[in-house]
Amino acid sequence: MVQLSSTLLYVAFVLYLVATLFFGGAIRVKKKEGVDRWATIGIFVTIVGFIAQLGYFITRWIAAGHAPVSNLFEFTTFFGMMIVGAFIVIYFIYKTSLLGLFTLPIAILVIAYASMFPREISPLIPALQSHWLHIHVITAAAGEAILAISFAAGLIYLIRVVDQSKPSKRTFWLEFVLFFLISTLGFVIVTTSFRVAGYEATFEWIDKNGKQDEMVYHMPALVGPHEGVLKTEERMKPLVDMPAIINARKLNTVIWSLFSGLALYGLLRLLLRKRIAAALQPLVKNVNLDLVDEIGYRSVAIGFPVFTLGALIFAMIWAQIAWTRFWGWDPKEVWALITWLFYAAFLHLRLSKGWHGERSAWLAVIGFAIIMFNLVAVNLVIAGLHSYAGS
Amino acid sequence: MKEKRFWLRTVILAIMLAAIGYTIYSNVFVEKKAIQVGDSAPDFVLTDLNGNKIQLSDYRGKGVFLNFWGTWCKPCEKEMPHINSQYNVYKNEGVEVIAVNVGEAKVTVQTFVDRFQLTFPVVIDQQDQVMNAYDINPLPTTFLIDKDGKIVDIITGTMTEEDVKKYMERIKP
Amino acid sequence: MEQVKCECGHVNPIGTVLCEACGKPLEEVPALLDMRYEGSARRSQTYNKTIIDKIWNFFSSVKVGVWLIVITLVASAIGTIYPQQMYIPPTVSPAEYYEQQYGLLGKWYYALGFHDLYSSWWYMLLIALIGVSLVICSLDRVVPLYRALNNQRVTRNEQFLQRQRLFSRAKVKHDETAFRNVVDKLTKRGYRVREENGNILAEKGRFSRWGPYVNHIGLIIFLIGAMLRFVPGMYVDESMWIREGEIKEIPGTNGKYFLENKKFIFEVYEKEKEKEAFQAAIDRVGSGMMAKNYQTDVVLYERVGPVVAGEEPKLKKIKSFSIRVNEPLKHDHYALYQVDFKLDELKSMSFHFTDKETNKSFGTITVDLIQPEKEYDLGNGYKVQLLSYFPDFYFDENGNPNTRSKVPNNPAFVFKMFAPDRPKGEVSFTAIRQTIEPLGNNKYKMAFANIETRNVSALTVRRDFTLWILGVGGAIFMIGLIQGMYWNHRRVWIRRMNDEVLVAAHTNKNWFGLKKELEGIFKDTPFVMPIDQADKRS
Repeated sequence: MVQLSSTLLYVAFVLYLVATLFFGGAIRVKKKEGVDRWATIGIFVTIVGFIAQLGYFITRWIAAGHAPVSNLFEFTTFFGMMIVGAFIVIYFIYKTSLLGLFTLPIAILVIAYASMFPREISPLIPALQSHWLHIHVITAAAGEAILAISFAAGLIYLIRVVDQSKPSKRTFWLEFVLFFLISTLGFVIVTTSFRVAGYEATFEWIDKNGKQDEMVYHMPALVGPHEGVLKTEERMKPLVDMPAIINARKLNTVIWSLFSGLALYGLLRLLLRKRIAAALQPLVKNVNLDLVDEIGYRSVAIGFPVFTLGALIFAMIWAQIAWTRFWGWDPKEVWALITWLFYAAFLHLRLSKGWHGERSAWLAVIGFAIIMFNLVAVNLVIAGLHSYAGS
Repeated sequence: MKEKRFWLRTVILAIMLAAIGYTIYSNVFVEKKAIQVGDSAPDFVLTDLNGNKIQLSDYRGKGVFLNFWGTWCKPCEKEMPHINSQYNVYKNEGVEVIAVNVGEAKVTVQTFVDRFQLTFPVVIDQQDQVMNAYDINPLPTTFLIDKDGKIVDIITGTMTEEDVKKYMERIKP
Repeated sequence: MEQVKCECGHVNPIGTVLCEACGKPLEEVPALLDMRYEGSARRSQTYNKTIIDKIWNFFSSVKVGVWLIVITLVASAIGTIYPQQMYIPPTVSPAEYYEQQYGLLGKWYYALGFHDLYSSWWYMLLIALIGVSLVICSLDRVVPLYRALNNQRVTRNEQFLQRQRLFSRAKVKHDETAFRNVVDKLTKRGYRVREENGNILAEKGRFSRWGPYVNHIGLIIFLIGAMLRFVPGMYVDESMWIREGEIKEIPGTNGKYFLENKKFIFEVYEKEKEKEAFQAAIDRVGSGMMAKNYQTDVVLYERVGPVVAGEEPKLKKIKSFSIRVNEPLKHDHYALYQVDFKLDELKSMSFHFTDKETNKSFGTITVDLIQPEKEYDLGNGYKVQLLSYFPDFYFDENGNPNTRSKVPNNPAFVFKMFAPDRPKGEVSFTAIRQTIEPLGNNKYKMAFANIETRNVSALTVRRDFTLWILGVGGAIFMIGLIQGMYWNHRRVWIRRMNDEVLVAAHTNKNWFGLKKELEGIFKDTPFVMPIDQADKRS
């Protein structure tokens, strides 16, 4: 069962990649020809991939006895699956194959990122032994995934409208967003490479309470732990030691991701000889801007209530049962509130202040950044009650 | 019409202001305690070291200096002799002292009482019931109760002999 | 009150942009109409006389509302940079903790009060101001919007129609069957169709326009619930430590309820006992390193008769229950939660009354560490007196034995041992792994024999009368949100002018859906499908 489950996830991952290629092929077909064969195959492959991932989810649920949403790997994978699910629904409403070309890579990145964390099926600690685990996490992930569609739509909109003929603030920030997506890819590549190579370096270090401890790096240490002493032979010595309050290993991973992202980005710039967004612009030149704007807005309109229900209301009900209070200002809770406040502001600006089009697209991008911050940084960096999900 | 609107707006704003003001005031500036100055002191029955029942309501008509303490609490230890010596003065003027120990072993309390030769009744709150009723935290805490059973003041922290005297003077009937 | 009369005869409040009845623009307007509030007069914009009006108008602005949201958002984020005071160890002083852990930045964080940000007066004020903004914004918009939607006429002004985003104008011969056909199709799709002189107003989903106001009401109720928590008696939050075998009053219940701790259970995941699928995960963290269950088996009692604190209570059993994480014990609006525990607290210690030389024992005493006896008689002239007891022993700064608390973490005793050959007794100070004989060499000693331990469980006691208000607020909020977000307000106008037919349509969102719907309606009819005039822009 466990083996089958992993295989199904792998199959889904490959199918999403294939589907992306088909959606890419669909671009060249002129609009007037209606729904073309490339896109039809693309969505078909996407659905098969989605079913495969659903199979992963169900078999893993059976094997574990609880819904596989209980650690960072499981949750993030599920989030990726929900993005694909949300895309499929939106596709059948609006029939825009271009959305697939942007949404699927995001889902693929999310799933690849997820698989960098421990993947074993783990039993549940007492705090998680509740049906609300399923109800809360599944609804919250669904809400975030639907909101993520607005990010894809926003990105398409921005790539289409931002003037690439001369550098500006807009081109800079757009490149910045793309750079982050590339850095995620960098993280996946670097982690996988060193994992395949079996890299391991052990440090002895002094933690913030003055105690000696061990820390194992799986990447060459650019930054070492506080007063770290390298114990493994023939391994790279860190360039600089970090103070005790900083988790040096996590920072090291972040630095590697950014460097590899920078390298990939630089390589792409060299090959393309223009900004990435400028290179992507021809892909989106036929897009109906009003439609993309509407897709972005509708996914917020649909996703916001689901997010509210899952990430705030169900979360509060569960917190009241498990942690004695419905709200405790835990960082994860606060960032869910921040996400909610942000999208509330988004809706008010759009409905009452008429922030349509490009402004709305920028807001969608920022909204997704907040969601990802809550998923990544709050779990890994800011420790709190939800940090169970970390590695 | 315009006048009506003005008043309507004024009333709505006033209500919201009052609600917000109360909430912020009571949350930030008021200590959240179950028992406050002005309340009537909850009645209790406890047994002293000699096995006598001491009930607060029997002390109506007298001022009661109700002290909560523990043997490990240094400030308590410091103020006990002061309370003892002032008690010997004020007991003739209608002020009683009840020292409630916060549920330690009888042996431990007895040792302490013997050491300081305390003459007022010392009772032990074995089940934390009186502590709960008076919402005690931290130690020492002293309640000044007047002859009608009303709490006149609540003192937390250590007292000098001068303070003890001043407080007993306040509850003298 | 000043008013504006439209050429159609309808009298509008001052500040109205589009006539409430016929929709004719009363002011200079752009080529495509802004239909957000139906062009009605927002009250606040029209009166700006007194200070009250000025305050009112300030909060009536959505811009101000959004700013308040953004400021709250940023403030909330700042509060997550370092842990809040409630999450740092309670034993250390926060002033030192933040500086020690986070250096200069931590020091400033503390100095600025960010360590307790969410209960600061200014954060609460921010939330409260959002509440004020919610009330005033809603009141100011819902009344005019209601008027405008209620007063709208079927026959709309030509300008109103041609400035709608979806619009067409064509010469169409009058054809009653085709006209009926369209009316039928509209009705079938859920439109309420009103007719007037051969003109049509078809409308559906108007109730979705009230969604925002409904959800704002829900939020206001939620905020009121949150405020009521500070009213005395609405909220109880206490905690209790209870040892196995103990019966204790439940704090916060005014002496009404008592609890007995029958047993505390702590379980971990052990490799051999768990299923195959979990083996890898257990291997990674280590067998026995991961908690499986925290549970306190309790009996709940109610006190019978009048409550006098301290009096030995008469108890009536209510129920037995196993309190676990995620499974609190609930009774009479109170809930008891498993929150913490301490394993193996000392319960009693046994000693042998021993002759130091011969090691012969003259009997064993067992000292209860919560309530030790004053004297233990072993018979035959052997007895032990307990002169002093220090449950949590240490030597204080004067070198005297003392106790840190009443918890038996490190018990120490001063025994006086009497034997037939020592009628005056010998004094011995006995602590764990330590014996002092203050008055010289003794013949006898209290030799440590045995200990008994038990577990202690920590429970949190809650009663929150605001929960149902919060629940109602949350439910209304969700209803309003769904009402506003998942439905949309669509209108189609058909107006016959001489030999021309004007068709216009509007929706508050999802234009794509409206267009598809209209295509279905106007297909195979002489009417011309309205064109999206916004397309021309891009």
